[in-house]
Amino acid sequence: MIITRPRDWSRIKANLESIGARRVFLMGCGQCATVAHTGGEPELREMAERMAEVGVEVTGWTVGEVTCHLNGTRLESRKHQEAIDAADAVLVLACGAGVQTTADAIGKPVFPALESLFLGTVIRNGIFEERCQTCGDCVLDQTAGICPVTTCPKGLLNGPCGGMWDGMCEVLTDRECTHVRIRKRLAEQGRASKGTLAPKDFSTALKPGAVDIHDRKAER
Amino acid sequence: MSRLRDMLEAGEFVVTGEVAPPKGADLTHMHAAVDLLAPHCHALNVTDNQGASLHLASLAASKAILDRGIEPIFQQTCRDRNRLALQSDLLAAWSLGLENVLMVTGDDPRAGDHPNAKGVFDLDSTQLAQVAVGMNEGHDMMGHELKGSTGFYIGGAMFPEAEPWDVQLARTEQKIEAGIRFFQTQAIFDMAKLERAVEAVRPLGAKIIASVLVIKSPGVIRFVNEHLAGLMIPDAIADRIRGAEDPAEEAIRLAAEQVREIRQIADGVHVMPLGLDRAIGRILGEGA
Ligand code: SF4
Ligand code: SF4
Repeated sequence: MIITRPRDWSRIKANLESIGARRVFLMGCGQCATVAHTGGEPELREMAERMAEVGVEVTGWTVGEVTCHLNGTRLESRKHQEAIDAADAVLVLACGAGVQTTADAIGKPVFPALESLFLGTVIRNGIFEERCQTCGDCVLDQTAGICPVTTCPKGLLNGPCGGMWDGMCEVLTDRECTHVRIRKRLAEQGRASKGTLAPKDFSTALKPGAVDIHDRKAER
Repeated sequence: MSRLRDMLEAGEFVVTGEVAPPKGADLTHMHAAVDLLAPHCHALNVTDNQGASLHLASLAASKAILDRGIEPIFQQTCRDRNRLALQSDLLAAWSLGLENVLMVTGDDPRAGDHPNAKGVFDLDSTQLAQVAVGMNEGHDMMGHELKGSTGFYIGGAMFPEAEPWDVQLARTEQKIEAGIRFFQTQAIFDMAKLERAVEAVRPLGAKIIASVLVIKSPGVIRFVNEHLAGLMIPDAIADRIRGAEDPAEEAIRLAAEQVREIRQIADGVHVMPLGLDRAIGRILGEGA
């Protein structure tokens, strides 16, 4: 899931002031931002209170089912057309993808209320870790299921680097070095390490990504 | 011709030193340090934005040293440049007459004076060594032919004291396979561990130059233990410096002892005088 955190209040306020917005509509997200406790019902209520404190009227709010879904967000906004029409701006409590679909679906100025951080693994409720950067050229087959691109702070494919000490990472000193973990796990599984991993193909990660699943079906 | 390569391949003991390019465009201080070290060293390492802090480029500083008649070891870190820049700098280095290159990963940008920088790490040091081997064979990393090949003597870093040792050894073997021919170590404090490394690496055809760090004051101990990744000064040595009447004198004596031991074990010694450049002759047992 996409991990988000609340954006600095001062930046949100400055955005609204920049267009002299006195009335806002709030859009949350029922998926990731709800799980991350950043854009679900309780967070929208809290945001509405803060708006009231600074004299901004909330004309209405909703938690979109999947805010990054363009058609879903269009439908959702139609359900709240009146409240949206009455607003000067829409504040979106979702990831950047959700902010953009909202901007596409609604012709009003749209501002982000969250910062999008990373694709997170849910370790347990409320504890998230970045394990994958969606690099498009996965090496997990060769690294015993531990991603060096993401979990080594330097993103080295081959390591450890010279800063490793007692098996621990130079940069995140409370964590075991990714490359020590990879070598250990490969050994535990009785697998030989694959020698030197080749430089990555970063062309697969050039932005923006786009996939048309229909093409894929046609290929089969 | 690389004297470093000739001597190491001939089994002669080499001495290397280290200079840091200035933070600025004035080379006066660097040349002064070079002039103190050069008479005692066969080659001088020229660091590349060490500690992830901005300095004049190793490429330019290496060339300046070469022009003074001293053999440089040009350093390249993977932190600051992508594969295009690394390769064009390698070609530049060769065209300028630089034959020794040392490839290192580089500290994380967060450790330096530009903590907001994007660390590049497009290639790691092993992959970079493979690229340099390819250039020696006349092609770039995409296999495209080069107009004029290089002839680099390729070095890397190794850490005989870092545990777990089996991981270190596997990593070192990987680097040798990639084409690294000589290693410069992290500062050595435990000679038994150095011996273990030399015994493992020599049969694989690579050479080890062991580093000696001159711990001139208790402040250096604090700095090393708190700020230098992958380095820890053992208590016995720290106590000896802290308890000395004249810590700088004691540091010189200690370093000289370490150099004597290293002469018996490794293929060379790399002296990091940390400002005590004047004492390098005494540290190497050459009087002065
Ligand atoms: S290598 Fe790492 S970042 Fe790339 S796809 Fe696999 S897990 Fe994700
Ligand atoms: S210690 Fe290991 S995990 Fe940490 S930066 Fe170095 S190679 Fe990466």
